[in-house]
Amino acid sequence: MKIIIAGVGKMGSTLTRHLSAEGYDLTLIDKNIRVLEENQEKYDVMVVQGNCASMEVLSQAGVAEADLLIAMTGADEINLLCCMTAHGMNPKIHTISRIRTPEYADQVYKLGDMFGLSLAVNPEKQAALEIERLLKYPGFLKRETFAKGRVEIAELRVEEDSKLCNLALSDLNSVAKCKVLICAVLREGTAIAPTGNFVLKEGDRIFVTATTNDLAILLRNLGVVTHKVKRLIICGGGRVSVYLAKQLEKSGISVQMIDKDPERCLELSTALPNTCIIEGDASNEYLLEAEGIHDCDALFTATGLDELNMIISLYGANCKVPQVITKLGRMNNNKILDSLSLGSIISPKELCANAIVRYVRAMKGQTGAALTVHSIADGQAEAIEFLVDESTLHCGEPLRKLKLKQNVLVACIAKGIRTEIPNGDSVFEKGDTVIVVTNGDEVIYQLNDIFRA
Amino acid sequence: MNYKMMGRFMSRILLLEAVFMLPALCINLYETEWTSAMGFVWTIAITIIVGVLLSVFSKGYQKRFFAKEGLVCVAFSWIFMSLLGCLPFYISGEIPHFVDALFEIVSGFTTTGASILSNVEGLSKGMLYWRSFSHWLGGMGVLVFLLAFSSGSESNSGFTMHLLRAESPGPNVGKLVPHMKKTAGLLYIMYILLTVLNMIFLLLGDMPLFDAVCTAFGTAGTGGFGIRNDSIMSYSPYLQNVCTVFMLLFGVNFSCFYLLIIRQFKSIFRDEELKLYLGIVAGSIALIVWNLRGFYDTFEETFRHAAFQVSSIVTTTGFATADFDLWPSFSKAIIILLMIVGACAGSTGGGFKIGRLLLVFKSLRRSVQQIVHPQKVQIVRVNGQPVNEKILQNTNAYLAAYVIIIFSSFIVISLDGFSTMTNFSAVLACFNNIGPGLEAVGPVCNFGGFSVLSKLVLIVDMLAGRLEIFPILILLSRTTWKHR
Repeated sequence: MKIIIAGVGKMGSTLTRHLSAEGYDLTLIDKNIRVLEENQEKYDVMVVQGNCASMEVLSQAGVAEADLLIAMTGADEINLLCCMTAHGMNPKIHTISRIRTPEYADQVYKLGDMFGLSLAVNPEKQAALEIERLLKYPGFLKRETFAKGRVEIAELRVEEDSKLCNLALSDLNSVAKCKVLICAVLREGTAIAPTGNFVLKEGDRIFVTATTNDLAILLRNLGVVTHKVKRLIICGGGRVSVYLAKQLEKSGISVQMIDKDPERCLELSTALPNTCIIEGDASNEYLLEAEGIHDCDALFTATGLDELNMIISLYGANCKVPQVITKLGRMNNNKILDSLSLGSIISPKELCANAIVRYVRAMKGQTGAALTVHSIADGQAEAIEFLVDESTLHCGEPLRKLKLKQNVLVACIAKGIRTEIPNGDSVFEKGDTVIVVTNGDEVIYQLNDIFRA
Repeated sequence: MNYKMMGRFMSRILLLEAVFMLPALCINLYETEWTSAMGFVWTIAITIIVGVLLSVFSKGYQKRFFAKEGLVCVAFSWIFMSLLGCLPFYISGEIPHFVDALFEIVSGFTTTGASILSNVEGLSKGMLYWRSFSHWLGGMGVLVFLLAFSSGSESNSGFTMHLLRAESPGPNVGKLVPHMKKTAGLLYIMYILLTVLNMIFLLLGDMPLFDAVCTAFGTAGTGGFGIRNDSIMSYSPYLQNVCTVFMLLFGVNFSCFYLLIIRQFKSIFRDEELKLYLGIVAGSIALIVWNLRGFYDTFEETFRHAAFQVSSIVTTTGFATADFDLWPSFSKAIIILLMIVGACAGSTGGGFKIGRLLLVFKSLRRSVQQIVHPQKVQIVRVNGQPVNEKILQNTNAYLAAYVIIIFSSFIVISLDGFSTMTNFSAVLACFNNIGPGLEAVGPVCNFGGFSVLSKLVLIVDMLAGRLEIFPILILLSRTTWKHR
């Protein structure tokens, strides 16, 4: 499949990394020759320098034969023009555009056909939704839902005083007292597919598959206190913060938002009437204390600087804030991040890249394509949901008899209303939903790919 | 430095080389030339052993691979390939001295076509085939071949760009399509098709099959090893003309052929390099024909020889149908100029490259204009596209390195006591991967008379010329070998 990515900023290069790993024909367009060179040396792609909204540059990039155009420049207007132009030149092309100005959200939704848009993505809004979900069900670093919300994969950090610390996985059931499965462990930046005698250590991030009910039981048995978030402090009044505050205003959580820029504070206060806007430097400990960081329920750091976010989050964890969420724009050094207690890490571009990868895979249009794809463990593993249909091999055979590829794990089988954490005797049948976790290099496009040839 | 990854590439190149020697071995066996067959058998055995050892060494390689590694890897691959490729000549005793054998195969791989043999016809058929085939392989590049046809995961990584850049000639190497494997594959498919077409045309002119295959290999790689002592002279005028046309075709940037395939005719006509190339060829032929009036019996003969020699030299092939050493000095001057100019970037030819010449002229023109208007801001354009300042800088650096290497080699070679013209043209002929020079290294003579030192210098020149200087220069730089 031929894909053009217009605009190679943070978002564009994240997408390039994801999509080139799946082997598509990628052509990158950007004005800056430097970033193009850098990406060409890192990934197997072709590059075109120029303005991505101009016909000449687009035709140079081969828009006539392309299947998909992804517009990821910094300006929404250019993205829209780029998609419109491409659509005009090749009516069959699919287009994805990043639209993040809240004012445009409506017209993009209503006039999408006119703009030639197949999908509009808004990384900041997506991040805000994700954070809202985390706030509503606290206790986990991240959670992904499958099988229409009945099954989840949740991420937990093993703390020093946790019951999980120094526990062998074979003893997990005695502690959890419910049916859960640890499908991946992230230790010092590398994902591990654990076996029964694997011993958990402090600082590991574990990925647990279970039904929503069992997850709640797990949390209770682990002694993780979960109480409803009533007061949240947001540091930094960027786009994510605004989207989030708007959502939370509706659900009655009281929000304090700190921003340095007086003019921005005025704007914020106009846009968010029920939010307490505070003008000040969020890195100032005195200010944070004065705003009651010691007894707030959650802290979200979303200033424009990753370093600052990390520092404030560390301070928040130090002040025993029950739930800390950190926004990071670039996640380059996972090893360092794991050793810090930054709470949940939210990266808008990774979330958005996941959504686009999902769209691209669906475009491949095979029967038995994945229902949902979630990238977990910092993108080193993937949890993919499939529907078992008549073309699926080995239906009704117990799992222990199947020869699965290395690094592939069947994490859950959902049969109608009943969900099952599988063991060797489990079987899947037509109509079931199967969740597969893989951390191999190979991409699993359809369920039959998990079997060894 | 990522030695393991380099070892992995090299081991695969050597195994590939061993496979490529098999046809030559078969020809030897078919012709019952036992001593040369043994030469190949031993060489194949040694090559496989070295290749396997390298692949054992390179177990557990990492994927950190940058521009430096790319350049060093390409340089080493070519040196290793040549060291092993010359063994058949040496082991079979057909070229008794090791340095001579090395000179011959480096001349083959770098598509130079300069020979130390006074009697080419004395070689066995298998050796002749191997010599000509080395042209074909060296023309498009062996690493490009590896990228095109190997199944390893490396060919899907971005860093292979460094290999393509280091091995393919030209100031600004780019991909044709997004995937490296497909780009390399396309290049080789076009290359193979053109070679086969060339063979067919030669066979239509009643050339024997073996001659046609070897001549086509020599033409395709713009190499120039003939299989007869008198190169192409004794073939019919038709065959000579076929060679002229195909030499010119192989001197064209292969991306032009790609544009032809995807039917973008407009871009081909707009290509400034192609226009300049054709202009230089046409102008040189016209001037030489004018200068040679009365030298040959008929106009047809004059034109044929002029056209053949001009195409042969400008594409740096080095075939000959006439001894241009006997021509008047104006014609010889043009020939020398053409030696330096070389073929288009992205072709199989050598030399300074017309694309670079274009850039040098354009930046020179800009400098002159900036003397008149010191504040003038001007962008250098080629084909209407602005050229990156870095590329201009590299081109000027290339020109400097080019001149320095020519003159330093010239001085070393002069120790042997040949005439100035001989020495100078020998360096030009080797460094630009042409083959024949003038006077004592003219089209009907050979390089056998030089001392061992001179031959070694010329070997380095040939490699530097084919790999476009920087991969070889970087081996000599101390910073390359420091740990990062």
